[in-house]
Amino acid sequence: MKLPIYLDNNATTPVDPRVVDAMLPFFRDRFGNAASRNHEFGWLAEEAVEAAREQVASVINASPKEIVWTSGATESNNIAIKGVAAMYREKGDHVITQVTEHKAVIDPCKYLEQNGFRVTFLPVDRNGRVSPDQVREALTDQTVLVTIMHGNNEIGTLQPVREIGAVCKERGVLFHTDCCQTFGKVPIDVEQMGIDLLSCSGHKIYGPKGVGVLYVRRKRPRVRCEPVLHGGGHERGMRSGTLNVPGIVGMGKAADICRESMAEETPRLAALRDRLKDGLFGQLDEIFLNGHPAERTPNNLNISFLYVEGESLMMGFSDIAVSSGSACTSASLEPSYVLKALGVGDDLAHSSIRFSLGRFTTQEEIDYTIERVVTAVKRLREMSPLYEMAQEGIDLSKVQWAAH
Amino acid sequence: MAYSDRIIDHYEHPRNVGSFDKNAPNVGTGIVGAPECGDVMKLQIRCDENGRIVDAKFKTFGCGSAIASSSLATEWVKGKTVDEALQIRNTDIVRELALPPVKIHCSVLAEDAIRAAIADYKTKTGADAPAAETASAAR
Repeated sequence: MKLPIYLDNNATTPVDPRVVDAMLPFFRDRFGNAASRNHEFGWLAEEAVEAAREQVASVINASPKEIVWTSGATESNNIAIKGVAAMYREKGDHVITQVTEHKAVIDPCKYLEQNGFRVTFLPVDRNGRVSPDQVREALTDQTVLVTIMHGNNEIGTLQPVREIGAVCKERGVLFHTDCCQTFGKVPIDVEQMGIDLLSCSGHKIYGPKGVGVLYVRRKRPRVRCEPVLHGGGHERGMRSGTLNVPGIVGMGKAADICRESMAEETPRLAALRDRLKDGLFGQLDEIFLNGHPAERTPNNLNISFLYVEGESLMMGFSDIAVSSGSACTSASLEPSYVLKALGVGDDLAHSSIRFSLGRFTTQEEIDYTIERVVTAVKRLREMSPLYEMAQEGIDLSKVQWAAH
Repeated sequence: MAYSDRIIDHYEHPRNVGSFDKNAPNVGTGIVGAPECGDVMKLQIRCDENGRIVDAKFKTFGCGSAIASSSLATEWVKGKTVDEALQIRNTDIVRELALPPVKIHCSVLAEDAIRAAIADYKTKTGADAPAAETASAAR
């Protein structure tokens, strides 16, 4: 077992060696520009790009013609939100989303608000879910887009995408979903789920950073969107710029590997994740799972450890890489807005740790993690004035704190 | 952000973790911060009859820098009189631990904790606490 252990796969994933092998020729002799129509260098590049398109499309039951290559899911989300809003401006000026979306969705929505659009940010329940009824009630005849993520990156909660897609279809409103955390982990079918636009990212699926995809529906209905980048008209005018051929080949190969391994890998990840959960809940009291207990991505575990702060906890098992919702770990010193949206108190937000497992996580690593985390929590609780007060029977919610 | 060696040292080998009986007559207890902020420090001092701090203990809910700041604070107050301890400034803690800018507030809280413990001690022993009040007003 090699240290340090990596349990932060929701942040990024190691590139699968098979993906690296697939990419290398496109750095070496197959370096052509896929848009060079007149020589073999270009033809080989174009061929590889089209093969990768097919590989990604198969994962979500789309046509390769509906796949647009981008620099990553952030760019895909920007095109989907700003591009659709601009294209359908005459139809309406209203967009619906929800409060626990990734900033790559929230910030473009806020940008729209500053530019004459109205945006509804739907609240979530205690588990982080929005309901199809909430979406239905928020829809107006001015709504041009609903954007709701499939799986949350912090707490793993899955949204009822199929039902929300059905509501949008019913009312003739376009539906976009950010699938960064679910593509290749959980089955996605754009037809069955009524999805019109979809974002996903290479570096979340054991592919390289710097490449992503935007799926844009071509039939029933044909979706159009204005580009964010102008200059050359690549990708059917939706995304100009020379294609990142090695990155694209890598993402295609990564998608292909996901499609082949999903049936075996997803249950394996869920079992390891549950082993971690049971190990921690079995040995520690006063710890809480954040997010939906059942409807969650298979690899995610987000737990608040009462009376212990997240960054100090991570220092206690510094040979294991995870992340935290604590303010101390963010550049802005704000605790996680996702946890706040769940109604989790700030003290529990500061005490949260996100464990996100991956393809290369082993049972040995999980067992080691359980032991290290339990030891660190117990040690920090001995050092915690809050734990001491709770042991004395003091109700912490009634204390007058002398904050500065 | 990698942690400085001194912060790691205080985290791995914290000095003076624990508690005194807060009802003991020669013990001063200061609790500062709030759970919502992610930082709560409890710092206690025990003094001899001459007002010299002979022992100190702390408990902290907070990040590595907060733990290190309060641990260092208990090290520094030991052996000082309460008035000497009031001279400890958060900037001294920042320098000693090499705290990055984003963690400076941890040192401020540690300074507050020292003052709160001393103010409690002075209240209990009936001594007035002009020094502590002046310090708060000056800040």
